[in-house]
Amino acid sequence: MSETINVKLKIWRQKNTSDKGRFELYDMPGVSTHMSFLEMMDVLNDRLVREGKDPVAFDHDCREGICGMCSMYINGRAHGLLKGTTTCQLHMRHFENGETITIEPWRAEAFPVIKDLAVDRTAFEKIMQAGGYVSMNTGNAVDGNALPIEKVKADEAMDAASCIGCGACVASCKNASAMLFMSAKVSQLALLPQGEPERYVRVLKMMEAHDEAGFGSCTNTGACESECPKEISIAHIARFNRDYLTASVVSEK
Amino acid sequence: MIRAFSKLNITFACVFNQEKMITSLKMFYTSVGRKLIMALTGLFLCVFLLEHLYGNLQLYKIDGGKAFNEYTEFMTGNMFIRAVEFILFAGILVHALDGLMLTLANRKARPVRYAVSRQSQNSTWFSRNMGLTGSILFVFFVIHLREFFFAHRFGGATESMAASVANAFTTAWYASLYIVAMIILGFHLNHGFQSAFQTLGLSNHKYIKTWKCAGTVFALIMMIGFASVPVMLYFDFMGMSSNILGK
Repeated sequence: MSETINVKLKIWRQKNTSDKGRFELYDMPGVSTHMSFLEMMDVLNDRLVREGKDPVAFDHDCREGICGMCSMYINGRAHGLLKGTTTCQLHMRHFENGETITIEPWRAEAFPVIKDLAVDRTAFEKIMQAGGYVSMNTGNAVDGNALPIEKVKADEAMDAASCIGCGACVASCKNASAMLFMSAKVSQLALLPQGEPERYVRVLKMMEAHDEAGFGSCTNTGACESECPKEISIAHIARFNRDYLTASVVSEK
Repeated sequence: MIRAFSKLNITFACVFNQEKMITSLKMFYTSVGRKLIMALTGLFLCVFLLEHLYGNLQLYKIDGGKAFNEYTEFMTGNMFIRAVEFILFAGILVHALDGLMLTLANRKARPVRYAVSRQSQNSTWFSRNMGLTGSILFVFFVIHLREFFFAHRFGGATESMAASVANAFTTAWYASLYIVAMIILGFHLNHGFQSAFQTLGLSNHKYIKTWKCAGTVFALIMMIGFASVPVMLYFDFMGMSSNILGK
């Protein structure tokens, strides 16, 4: 296998939220196959800066698959073609020599483009502010091990908590629905004793914030689950639905 | 048309978004609540399909359509069934209208579409095209009602229902229209059946596969069961159509 490949990049460029935006083509000769996708973007940006051009804006932070900042819709897939990985964990060895790679930002009404490939994911924060928390009185911290938690539930909550809030679920959903994100956030709290008391109020509030942000509804295609870098299951969505329907019926307000 | 429906959507929002609306009713305006309507009406229609299939299979008795005619007479003579009929029509209309509004609202959630999108790699064709298969089924439903239901209930058709069915399905284009429609019904049910249980929250890690499997089995039974009748009649297998038409 050759150590370098030549690729063409077809990148979405958009000056700001109100700009119409368009695709621009960039030649990338001699890309090392050991580079990560973001490193390849760094090389492109380095060149653009040297040429006195505007570098491509894209979100990134930890570059080890745990922060949820990197996004990018690469060749028609959220975070590229690999399963269970973020864009920073995608390497150039997965691309063919001479390939044209199309890179687009997440597309959703609730995620407006800030610039180029960077989108505003504040809508997720709005959902979290609405109910993605546990209310506690201050005082001495309680010994975490003092509360008995069933192992299966702890594991399930941990699986849900592995959501990094990257937005791949919204990006890949045909309806731009945030149900996988929201249900994971609900599960990580509702399954544990600390989150149980607000279980039903939480879902009502979060549901409202979800719809208000302009996300679509869930049609259970399962696209989110297959594209999620943390492989979070749509079983959480079923749990959310169950809690939401229960909450709507039992709520006294 | 689309604009008119999005306007209807807004009206719907105004009615349901009032501040002090009680939560249990407000639920029906949220995205999950509206999916709940889809799930409940959908499952109700699945029950109806079972009943309808039971009726159609009476034709296999090869008794000159006697059992089938008795069945259709029973379905029209009984006051209770006539009442359920109204609920059924309401169910179909609500399912179709809510589905249409959800599809339009979901389109609005992604105003700028992807230039390259490889959805076939993360989801099934059936799941992504419920709006399309549903629309085709609705058109089919109207044609189907006009041919059999209205003709007999209001049109004063003199021949028996079995004769109407046999006459219709010995026509090639009509039989093929039905067969195609039933294949599409299978596609719609393949996703819709299991999706309803997911929406109702009756699914989890353990049951997800069970519902999916049950959905495919149910879709296949419906598809093969319903499509078999036009096939049998058209090719006159077991002498099904000649037996009814007395040839």
